[in-house]
Amino acid sequence: MMPQDIRTSPVCNLVVGNEIRGKWNHSRYRIRRRLGYGATGAVYLADSDRGVVALKIGHDQMSITSEVNVLKRFSKVQGKILGPSLIDVDDWVTQTATYPFYAMEYLKGETLFDFMKTKSPEWAGILLVQLLTDLHTLHQAGWAFGDLKPDNLLVTGPPYRIRWIDVGGTTVMDRSIKEYTEFYDRGYWGKGTRKAEPSYDLFSAGMVMVNLAYPSRFTKNGDPDKQFQSKIAGSPMLKPYAPILQKAWNGKYRNAEEMRNELVLLLNANDKAKSPQTQRNSTQKPASRQAQKKKKSSFIVETFLVFTFVFVVYFFYMLGQTM
Amino acid sequence: MRNKGTLRQILLITDGCSNQGEDPIAMAALANEQGIAVNVIGVLNENAPEYHRQGLKEVEEIAMAGGGISQVVYTKQLAQTVKMVTQKAMAQTIKGVVNAELQQILGSQSSMEDLPPDKRGEVIEVVDEMGETMNLEILVLIDASGSMEDKMLTVQESLLDLSISLNSRIGDNEFALYVFPGKRTEAEELLSWSSKLESIGKTFSKISLGGITPTGPAIKEAIAAFGRKRSSKRRFLSDDAPGYSNESGM
Repeated sequence: MMPQDIRTSPVCNLVVGNEIRGKWNHSRYRIRRRLGYGATGAVYLADSDRGVVALKIGHDQMSITSEVNVLKRFSKVQGKILGPSLIDVDDWVTQTATYPFYAMEYLKGETLFDFMKTKSPEWAGILLVQLLTDLHTLHQAGWAFGDLKPDNLLVTGPPYRIRWIDVGGTTVMDRSIKEYTEFYDRGYWGKGTRKAEPSYDLFSAGMVMVNLAYPSRFTKNGDPDKQFQSKIAGSPMLKPYAPILQKAWNGKYRNAEEMRNELVLLLNANDKAKSPQTQRNSTQKPASRQAQKKKKSSFIVETFLVFTFVFVVYFFYMLGQTM
Repeated sequence: MRNKGTLRQILLITDGCSNQGEDPIAMAALANEQGIAVNVIGVLNENAPEYHRQGLKEVEEIAMAGGGISQVVYTKQLAQTVKMVTQKAMAQTIKGVVNAELQQILGSQSSMEDLPPDKRGEVIEVVDEMGETMNLEILVLIDASGSMEDKMLTVQESLLDLSISLNSRIGDNEFALYVFPGKRTEAEELLSWSSKLESIGKTFSKISLGGITPTGPAIKEAIAAFGRKRSSKRRFLSDDAPGYSNESGM
């Protein structure tokens, strides 16, 4: 096997108007355009009898079937919509090979980066809160997401809501994470195992936030702890979130809810020093120091007046005594 | 609970053609016959000339004969590839076993691909489960010919990263590390069977790079290392380790 390039595979090179027919369920899908591709296959926008769907076609039976298994489980987690809903699972038979595929609900939205380009920085925190809410539900159902990264997330709406679109890394708790990406993987940074547990996903969630401030990411260079700290300190967008990002980095959160609640508290706080918006405004600081000075001088005046008053009263009291 | 059993793999990391001793493809076939899969990673320099790529054709043939997986990569992709190849090979072996079982149940022509998607999902869950819980013995065989010099640090990091992934599994792992050529012998043990790979940093600095590439004899030595491990295990654990004595056709 020479270095294999997925881009040259038939799976990645379907064009507008191509039709795919399932071997088992005989449903037809007409390709509109390619939405993206990854290590395991490509995703297309397609028309079917059941409307517009997202169609994932892969090479490998194992990974496609695993993803289908996860999507099926998701639909059983009651009340919450965790991933896109699954519509059909089948095989596409060509003259040379058989490729497994599945059809799922098409989620229309923007990538995290595109969304943040047009929105104010506090949205980053709000999206993270939403993400943590979903992660908590997922964890409670006995799964870790695994490969958490902007590529696997989408912002739908309005009303804006973060959603995950690729569940390939989703792993049963306590097993080894199925798929991950180095930048968001605590194993890569020497910060823990690749065992599926809440703290694994929370680490990645923190790194998604860091990624928003550093869109081109960065690689390991020297002591990871120091590198992480300086990256946070170096970004006005991340600085207000430092304590939370730090705890996620060090695996200090026991569950997603704990991290979510701290984040909500931070976002609610109207403290000027902490709010992400005023942080960028450097003229703010001397101004508040001046206010403090003013407060200090008025305190001295007050003290002086009180003492004078007490002294005058005492003087008249003494005067009364001697008379 | 199913009998856990053990998966045995040789992971060969090389950057060129063998040039001494037995035919490595024959030795890989011999390993495969004894239930040891041989996986091969060929490492290329970023600016490798075309003839060098052609020379790595052997990589594919060794893995094919050894019932394993092969991949040719550039040095910087090594860490990801080492994991991918190891995990794919585990899944392939397990899938082979499961397919054999399916054929017994459903008739000689059946394999997982012939099952309707629903049933396939159930089978894959079993395969996943086995991959997570089975014990793994992996012998890493590193080409220490002169041209590998600038790649050794990356090899070391890749192996540490592999151990993080494998040690996150439920099943047990044992690693052994051999380089070839050795100082006196054709292959030399750097680290004997151990569940930890963290100590390889020290052993790597001791590697002296040689000129020849006796890939065939090195694979033969690796098979022997599995043999020695098995016999010592029998001596210590005699009959209270059923998983290890279960050698049927894996």
